[in-house]
Amino acid sequence: MFRFRQADLTRFVSLRRRITAALLCGMVLLLGACQPHVHGALYRIAGLMPSLAFRMTSDRGQSVTARTYRNKVVLLYFGYTHCTDACPTTLARLSRAVRLLGREAGDVRILFVTVDPARDTLSVLRRYVAAFGPEVVGLRGSPASLETLARRYRVVYEPGRSKGELAHSSGVFMFDARGKAQWLAPLDTPAQAIAQAARGLLARRG
Amino acid sequence: MVRLLIFYLTPWEFSPTVAVCCLTAALLYARGMRQTAHAGEAVGLGRVLSFFSGLALIYLSLQSYFDFLSQHMFWVHRLQQLFLHHVGPFLIILSAPGPVMAQGIPARWRARWIEPVGRWRPLRAAYRFVQQPFVAAVLFVGLLYFWLIPAIHFTAMLDVDRYRAMNWGMVIDGLLFWQAMLTVQGVGRQRESAYLLRFLMLFLVMIGQLLLGAYIFFHGTLLYTVYALCGRAWPINPMTDQQLGGLLTWIPPDMMSVIGSLVILRKLTRNQAVTSGVARDLRAEGPWALGEIDG
Repeated sequence: MFRFRQADLTRFVSLRRRITAALLCGMVLLLGACQPHVHGALYRIAGLMPSLAFRMTSDRGQSVTARTYRNKVVLLYFGYTHCTDACPTTLARLSRAVRLLGREAGDVRILFVTVDPARDTLSVLRRYVAAFGPEVVGLRGSPASLETLARRYRVVYEPGRSKGELAHSSGVFMFDARGKAQWLAPLDTPAQAIAQAARGLLARRG
Repeated sequence: MVRLLIFYLTPWEFSPTVAVCCLTAALLYARGMRQTAHAGEAVGLGRVLSFFSGLALIYLSLQSYFDFLSQHMFWVHRLQQLFLHHVGPFLIILSAPGPVMAQGIPARWRARWIEPVGRWRPLRAAYRFVQQPFVAAVLFVGLLYFWLIPAIHFTAMLDVDRYRAMNWGMVIDGLLFWQAMLTVQGVGRQRESAYLLRFLMLFLVMIGQLLLGAYIFFHGTLLYTVYALCGRAWPINPMTDQQLGGLLTWIPPDMMSVIGSLVILRKLTRNQAVTSGVARDLRAEGPWALGEIDG
């Protein structure tokens, strides 16, 4: 019933040329933009994620909010004290980065939010963070406030399990002195790169 | 049991827009069904099932615990996009909901809003443009490529607005694409060549998705780092996650092209049956009438 006519054939040929061009463009686009926007090893997240906001209890027993840490550069990290590898190494690396800042170290806070508030009581948390340095603050919140904060930064944690390893995020969120999200550092970011990013945020504070 | 069901069905991030759009579509369709039944031309059960399962699939992909999993696991994300871009819109368009829904719109709304908007020139021109088979195919594959560029994907998974834009874009483009592929105007041979052109487009779309899926599947390093940074929904090897995602970008979408081709094939053979039926009728009228359809 159906017969190809000359017109169909020419249409098909010109079409093929257009298709080839489109496919090539697609491949170039894909290969050209293969890596996310990276600064050293950190990802820029300014404008992508909301400003810092939470209500929790610090390891010293004080009720704190994001306001408490205004005018400080904040490094936000989720973990728990029974965590065997990622949490202690990350916290150690973060506090080393802060110490690299020298005099300005006092203007930086590392907020360690526990995703295991059942086991991490304030005293357990205090003893744990004290091992890493004075700039590390342990934060413990009600299940509701922990969930709010985790959802705000699209972070996964496993609530309510009392034993074993808990899944949690590995990124460190960096906020400037006004509480605006600026950088997201992967697990293996060198302390130097974090210190450099923090220095940049401190310099812009004015 | 009930509590678990409520937990899974509760929207992870409630979106009033999605809720209102899905509810409006369902209500208009239900109302249209009643109107057509009154007129004695009830919609077939297959079409009704196709429409509502497509709509439900889109709604649940966006507004349930599944959305949380999609945000925190690459392969679940690919599954979600498959539902939003391929399966859901395909089922909706397959049911040819246009006439039924048009019946469902209250007459006053139709006169006041729908018809003036439908007559608006720029909108008609834009719609005609995106409904050209080649444009529809390029948009369909282009959108997949765009959101899977690692840098773009990274920002889409962190920024709520971009995430929503991505999902909405998938649904709208899915509806436009399948509409362009499965619906054809014209008669006789014109109609046949239009269907064959769409056949070709579905094949090209298949190649485009194959290249993308295979690229992700065979890539030796992690392309999408955001899932490690924010945590995966449950422990899984990151490379396994990426490879599963690559396969889900590659095989089920290509299956949808095959299914789409089968639907077109069926329409084509039916069209030929109709055409030859017409030819038989004309032949009965005499040899001079045949000249009209051959010419």
